[in-house]
Amino acid sequence: MDYTTLIEILGSTLRLGTPLLLACIAGLYSERAGIFDIGLEGKMLMAAMASGAVAALSGSAWIGLAAGITASLLFAAIHGLASITFRGNQLISGVALNFVASGATILIAQTAFGQGGRTPPLDGAARFQAITLPFAEALSGVPFLGPFYAKVISGQSLLVYLALAIVPATWWLLYRTRFGLRLRAVGENPESVDTAGVSVIRLRYTAVALTGVLCGIAGAYMATSLQAGFGREMTAGRGYIALAALIFAKWRPWQALWATMLFGFLQALALRPDVIEAMSPGSLTIPVSFLDALPYLLTVIVLAGFVGRAIPPRAGGQPYVKER
Amino acid sequence: MKNVLLGTVAFLAVAAVGGYVLVLKPGASSAPQPTPAAEPAPAAAAPASPAADASAAAGPALIFDLGGKFDKSFNEAAFNGAQKWAAETGATFKELEMQSEAQREQALRRFAEAGANPIAMTGFAFGDVLNTVAPDYPDTKFVIVDAVVDQPNVRSVVFQEEQGSYLVGMMAAMASKTGTVGFVGGMDIPLIRKFECGYAQGAKAAKPEIKVVYNMTGTTPAAWNDPVKGSELTKAQIAQGADVVFAAAGSTGLGILQTAADENILGIGVDSNQNFLHPGKILTSMIKRVDVTIYDAFKEGAAMKTGTVVAGLKDDGIGYAMDENNAKLVTPEMKAAVDAAAEKIKSGEIKVHDYMTDNTCPVN
Repeated sequence: MDYTTLIEILGSTLRLGTPLLLACIAGLYSERAGIFDIGLEGKMLMAAMASGAVAALSGSAWIGLAAGITASLLFAAIHGLASITFRGNQLISGVALNFVASGATILIAQTAFGQGGRTPPLDGAARFQAITLPFAEALSGVPFLGPFYAKVISGQSLLVYLALAIVPATWWLLYRTRFGLRLRAVGENPESVDTAGVSVIRLRYTAVALTGVLCGIAGAYMATSLQAGFGREMTAGRGYIALAALIFAKWRPWQALWATMLFGFLQALALRPDVIEAMSPGSLTIPVSFLDALPYLLTVIVLAGFVGRAIPPRAGGQPYVKER
Repeated sequence: MKNVLLGTVAFLAVAAVGGYVLVLKPGASSAPQPTPAAEPAPAAAAPASPAADASAAAGPALIFDLGGKFDKSFNEAAFNGAQKWAAETGATFKELEMQSEAQREQALRRFAEAGANPIAMTGFAFGDVLNTVAPDYPDTKFVIVDAVVDQPNVRSVVFQEEQGSYLVGMMAAMASKTGTVGFVGGMDIPLIRKFECGYAQGAKAAKPEIKVVYNMTGTTPAAWNDPVKGSELTKAQIAQGADVVFAAAGSTGLGILQTAADENILGIGVDSNQNFLHPGKILTSMIKRVDVTIYDAFKEGAAMKTGTVVAGLKDDGIGYAMDENNAKLVTPEMKAAVDAAAEKIKSGEIKVHDYMTDNTCPVN
């Protein structure tokens, strides 16, 4: 594999890894606060549909993004209501929301546009276009780092940079602010937070809302940047992969970045059978199906062998009942 | 660990249940589903036998494969043919979109029991199922596109895609400035290899030194509906130097053509005329007249002739699209060369190798 090819694959990695990263950080907020959220997938799907539809109608990617976040927040609110206020089973609530999203997105899109559950193709200002960073052209001549800057760092959509910026922001929020300390505490030991006079309910709702916002951005990225419009089931299990990445990252933001980018890299690699064949000894032909399975196979291997014990937040999945 | 296990179980449950959701829709002309009994029959029609009444009222049916009715390509062409028939006759037809593999046999039987005649289906994947279902309904006629089913009540329509692919391959090679052209297929099946092989033969015929890079989206029917992957595959081909990409991939093609337009290279559409999707960015479309196939079958109705029909350049079953959207992209030399090649293929002077005859391709 030569350097130019590697650059191309890394660019692809960043594009494919971004929705995973956003969903993973989204899950991190919720799970760190003690609310398991298997409904990342459904929220992303709703957001993708809403942003695709609204961007098509309004012609503005920003209004589309706002609509995506709103739709995702709505689903987050339902999940919050079911699992925080009514103390229902969080997994069941999440699964139910995934079901609803899977059907509702197609139904709404079909009713609104009559294109088989797809939203109309977007162009121009209705999409987040690739941004060329300053000096990308000038620096592309610089050996080694030049092409990396020009092809991988530059030329991505605004939402990719936003996703990358969210990683340090999350780290700072979780580990350097009072809110972060309380958020982590509420996922480990809600009684202590309650004893300190802080509302467990409010903290958990805040976390679930943050999850909603981030899933909304992830969905909007899928529909208005990675693709030009919503297509049925377009998230294709990314919400579940993000959950796996979250465990892989042991619920920590920087590790979440590396985990999701590893998944993104493997997905990007699976798209380049020519590269894999060139690297494999004796030029043996590797079936496409094996390449498609590769990210998942490696997940199992890495989870089993390299991560060690992943311990979830202790109070995760348990509704909080104030003692009387 | 427990929650991870639970999560996995829940995920499997979603997948399993999702697969069995079957939605039956009434005909596209939004008329209520005709039921024989509800018709206030005029006196003259009264003596007709109830069986004949039922089959006449049920009309034809059309089943779309997993790419979906609105793929702007293969299935949509079939839908357009049926729509044309409905508009001309004022009659309605029943339709169904496949949601999963498991529905095929069930869908066929349901339509046959409901008295629909003829029943048309798009896609090679129906081949085996139809072969077992057709003998059970000897009075019902079936039409299958892209596969040959040897039953007395089945009309099998296959296309000589290699011929059309050859022509668009020539155009791709002549339009390419980098000397590399790309091909992105949907599911990796011999039929799509046939497209790819014809395309490569055409490209090499126009420019012997041309390089053809190709990818298949996947090995399952989901590969017909994965625009994200199509998009990334196109980016990968552009990285390998391709500046014209032929998308033969159902709905996945929408992602391929989108990326081609975004990256300012040329795309080539398939099955329907897709030139309008990105005017000025789509060189041409390889047209497969699935619409005519369905229209003809519906027009002939229950009296339809059965047997195998092979449609190619000769009878305009295959062709390439020219309209105002791509007029500027196709130079007169290109058009002259392609039309000359088309004549030679028709006369048999150029023989385009059909991948499906021996599962090999002479050019790569």
